Amino acid sequence: MKVVGKAIPKIDGLAITTGKPVYTEDLVVRDALVVKILRSPYAFARIKSIDVSKAQQLDGVECVLTYKDVPDARFTLAGQTYPEPSPYDRLILDQTLRYVGDEVAIIAAVDEKTALKAVKLIKVEYEILEPVLDFEKAGESGIIIHPEDDVHCNFDIGMDKDKNLVSRQYTEMGNVEEELKKCEIVVEETYYTQAQAQAMMETHRSFTYQDHLSRIVVVSSTQIPFHVRRMLSIALKIPSTKIRVIKPRIGGGFGAKQTACTEIFPALVTMKTGKPAIIVYDRTETFSCSTSRHPMKVTVKMGADKEGFIRAIDIQGISDTGAYGEHASTVFSLVGDKTLPLYNKTRAVRFMGDVVYTNKTPAGALRGYGATQGTFAVESTINKLAEKLNMDPSQLRLMNLIKEGENSLYHYEHMLGSSTLHKCIETGKRMIGWDEKYPRREMGGSKVRGLGMSVTMQGSGIAGIDTASAEVRLNDDGNYTLLIGSTDMGTGSDTILAQMAAEILETSVANVTVNAADTDTSPFDPGSYASSTTYVTGMAVVKASEELKEKILESGALLLGVPAENAEFSGDKVKVVNKDEFISIKKIAEKMVVAKWKHQLSGFATFGSPVSPPPFIAGFAEVEVDMDTGKVQLIDFVAVADCGTVINPSLARTQVEGGIYMGIGLALYEDVRYDYKGRLQTNTFMQYKLPTRRDLGKIRVAFEESYEPTGPFGAKSIGEVVVNTPAPAIMDAVYNATGVRITKLPITPEKIYMGLKK
Amino acid sequence: MFTMTNLVQPDTVEDAYKILMEKKNNTILGGCAFLRMGSKRIDTGIELSKLNLNQISEDETHIIVGAYTNYRDLETNPLMNKHFCGVIPASVRDIIGVQLRSIVTVGASVFSKYGFSDLIPSLLVLDCEVELFKGGKLKLSEFMDKPYEKDILTRLYLKKSDAKAVYVNLRNSVSDYSILNAAVSKSGSEFIIAVGARPAKAKIAGNASRYLSVSDLSDEAIEKAASLVSEEIGFGSNMRGSEAYRKSLCSALVRKAVKEVLECR
Amino acid sequence: MQINVVINGKSRSFETDNNEFLADTLRKHGFLSIRQACNTSCCGLCTVWLDEKPVLSCSLLSVKADGRKITTIEGLSQEAEEFAKLLMAEGSDQCGFCSPGFIMTVLAMKRELQNPTEEEILHYLTGNLCRCTGYMGQLRAVKNYLGVK
Repeated sequence: MKVVGKAIPKIDGLAITTGKPVYTEDLVVRDALVVKILRSPYAFARIKSIDVSKAQQLDGVECVLTYKDVPDARFTLAGQTYPEPSPYDRLILDQTLRYVGDEVAIIAAVDEKTALKAVKLIKVEYEILEPVLDFEKAGESGIIIHPEDDVHCNFDIGMDKDKNLVSRQYTEMGNVEEELKKCEIVVEETYYTQAQAQAMMETHRSFTYQDHLSRIVVVSSTQIPFHVRRMLSIALKIPSTKIRVIKPRIGGGFGAKQTACTEIFPALVTMKTGKPAIIVYDRTETFSCSTSRHPMKVTVKMGADKEGFIRAIDIQGISDTGAYGEHASTVFSLVGDKTLPLYNKTRAVRFMGDVVYTNKTPAGALRGYGATQGTFAVESTINKLAEKLNMDPSQLRLMNLIKEGENSLYHYEHMLGSSTLHKCIETGKRMIGWDEKYPRREMGGSKVRGLGMSVTMQGSGIAGIDTASAEVRLNDDGNYTLLIGSTDMGTGSDTILAQMAAEILETSVANVTVNAADTDTSPFDPGSYASSTTYVTGMAVVKASEELKEKILESGALLLGVPAENAEFSGDKVKVVNKDEFISIKKIAEKMVVAKWKHQLSGFATFGSPVSPPPFIAGFAEVEVDMDTGKVQLIDFVAVADCGTVINPSLARTQVEGGIYMGIGLALYEDVRYDYKGRLQTNTFMQYKLPTRRDLGKIRVAFEESYEPTGPFGAKSIGEVVVNTPAPAIMDAVYNATGVRITKLPITPEKIYMGLKK
Repeated sequence: MFTMTNLVQPDTVEDAYKILMEKKNNTILGGCAFLRMGSKRIDTGIELSKLNLNQISEDETHIIVGAYTNYRDLETNPLMNKHFCGVIPASVRDIIGVQLRSIVTVGASVFSKYGFSDLIPSLLVLDCEVELFKGGKLKLSEFMDKPYEKDILTRLYLKKSDAKAVYVNLRNSVSDYSILNAAVSKSGSEFIIAVGARPAKAKIAGNASRYLSVSDLSDEAIEKAASLVSEEIGFGSNMRGSEAYRKSLCSALVRKAVKEVLECR
Repeated sequence: MQINVVINGKSRSFETDNNEFLADTLRKHGFLSIRQACNTSCCGLCTVWLDEKPVLSCSLLSVKADGRKITTIEGLSQEAEEFAKLLMAEGSDQCGFCSPGFIMTVLAMKRELQNPTEEEILHYLTGNLCRCTGYMGQLRAVKNYLGVK
């Protein structure tokens, strides 16, 4: 292949790295009003009275909106295909406030200074209510976080909101209790994972204005333009034909921007004032008032026979969705869905549990999306089981993991289409020096090193749901435009989709202009999440390109005066088979757009898959622990990935390195703390510590390509699977080094030190 | 967001002090990084750039650090790297990044007596003196114990000697605040040990220091001195660590620092 | 009030006030390469040069920049592009939001450090955060860059 499989530099790379003004805030229209939000200081409260008169009178203030001024339709902010599996439990502004930071009033003024001043002039009298802060006690607390009767779900997700229950789930294949009884060895453990923040560098921001069609145009740092359009239509109670959503270059997402946090506020202001409006969340608001990873408690029980075949796995969990239920049920389902299919010698498996409301920052989508929490719990238990069986954990996995062509209880009807996971493990072991270094080595003084491993799977798009369309158009100048609705948030998806089109059309990426994403012009795409872009949008691009290629060939043949079977497509021309006669693509394009031929050529395709082929990663960690202090130094992390065919090696490698780094943050550095009043204390980069470049040690990446028959050029996905292996691998490496098993993330020096003392 | 109504840049320290005392919320401006994070209401901010206090100089007996010297200059200055086993650069080099260190000033952090300060423990064990406009010259250790009083810190004085010193800390991420930190100096046979980020402000462990100074410096003696420090110094709990952990950690850090300072050339 | 600076080699006057920080003043006057990702002086994205030294423009009061020399990436476009291409070759441009501040720090490091070791490079760049790349490709690009020169 000439283009696919090559490390083509990103088409937008030069502009974004050298500071060109191509992000949301850079594009704001002149004289946009600045929007600021007054936020609840209490975790649970009702507004008894609110007086905005002083704020309204302040010179330069254009409007001040309270719960009395907003439409009363409940909606969800979750970026999911309609009908969404998330409860419609939000109002733009509610009289009841459900977490510290919940929106109380919207202020729009001529500049930031005035807006901030006006925020302070609003007088609110709150009835302070007792909040629910402990998710393990949410059900029996007697406090109802969503007492209103107009919360509704599109379909049953197991909600019982009077018990603060958003979703109750139960899936069992076989009889897990019975099978566990038969197992010679059973291990059990309970784990806690924390509410990690996406912490992308560009915070949430959006601006709105009215266009020549009297519509509200929204320019937003979003992953989900089409979902935003629908959401705004529901929340603002205006037809979606009156809304246009545009996504420019954005500074990272990781799932944060799969929830439409900000757009509604400037949109409402523009609706009320007729004027453009912009809102930019600062870092504190982004931490406290958008969404983060669902914190969970997961208990895993695992039984094996004495040879080491795992016959039963039972996963029971509680997930904390915070004040609102975006992504609650779907994230939770992945805890089982992306762990249980891995171990297919099982005779019974079960996944069950609850997602509950609490009066804390809402949870949402974050890379991994439940698979991360599930992987930490299940893989750590596999490691514990290996120890109990006196078996090398890599061996235990090699004998129990699913292979290509096999099925598992969880996806019984589907054979695994592609996997090199076993090879990934062998390669990773070699790279890290597993046989020489596992489990621990004394390094002298107070330092000990340990090794640990984990595997993981994810999906590629949501089976049967994620559907994308793409159009490739031959322009009058002989070059191509690729129109897509997926949302490159830095990953380079625009580039790799252009690579796919260029490969099929036998041209270079430079000749394919990528246009994305704008609800006016883009073919429908759910947006970039669920690891869907390479696989789902990619396949649509492939089919659209193939259709166009066929049409070009037919047109070329027509113009050459030969039947189509006697012509062949040859990159920059169509030529007659076995003859020198040809016509250039440029010439074909010129001719097809004018009067005689009148048939501008374009290819269009829609693709959705009944399967979600899993990518795999085998991750290996080497840590060094100072037994005097508990401090963990990461020495080496090796990740070997199977994402099917690698479309762009440098971009794929960076995804893995970036994902491992994020997983390391979850494992060791990113602590989340609330005070006793429900205020998030870790809401700045000063308190919430992203690992710096000196905290990482080496991260080494390799690929073992499989070929996924249902994927574009054999590709699967890479975007999310990358974050899941560090936490369990590091946890076991620390255990092997110290004998201390930390089951509550993050793994901190104090936890290790105190564990050693016991 | 902080607000500042007026900004002045006086030509003399006397003028600066006069303006400082005129109103309760007149404030000396340091690097302003912390100012930005708070919501202070300042009437007049007093900026001292014209007072030539951003130099590190020396005379026969002392190294003199002007209060407007930034941390990056402290870190790279040849005098600082040459003396005291390079403890001053070692103390500040991990603070966030070069760009922040080029803004943060010595005077602002010493005057504020921040508990998390990486610099103060090292200054304490070097027997640093501070010079205040009104309060005059006094030992940093005394200044640390004095109640807050409006004043202008102009210079720090470090006695030139053959003293060696080492700074140690435990942080989770490299650019986080210390969970605990400590400095140990050795001048002849005299040791001074200070512990900071307790989380409270740094303090000299007098008993332990005296014990170590007269001991035979065997492993047992160092062990004993380290545990004396953790008994003598008080600790507390905060987001970064519990009191119990800090107390245990203290002995480990002090032991490490003493062994390192004995190896300083 | 006004401050007078020499920015990217040109003398300019900027409208500002006592409470404004340089990052905001510069953005208001069209220097949109300056980005801010935090509000606690932690991330390094807003890095500019003040008298050739890298500083956080978000933490420098604009009045303190009066009479000084400022450099932004707009004023170093050739060098910046040269290094940016090395980042892109690694696939480490990613979302690009941290890149201008990162490049400003790398170019400053090139001038300040002679033959730095890997440890020295990592130490100099610690104050520049990135959430996308995991830092590995950035280091490869920097090593390439310094090796070539």
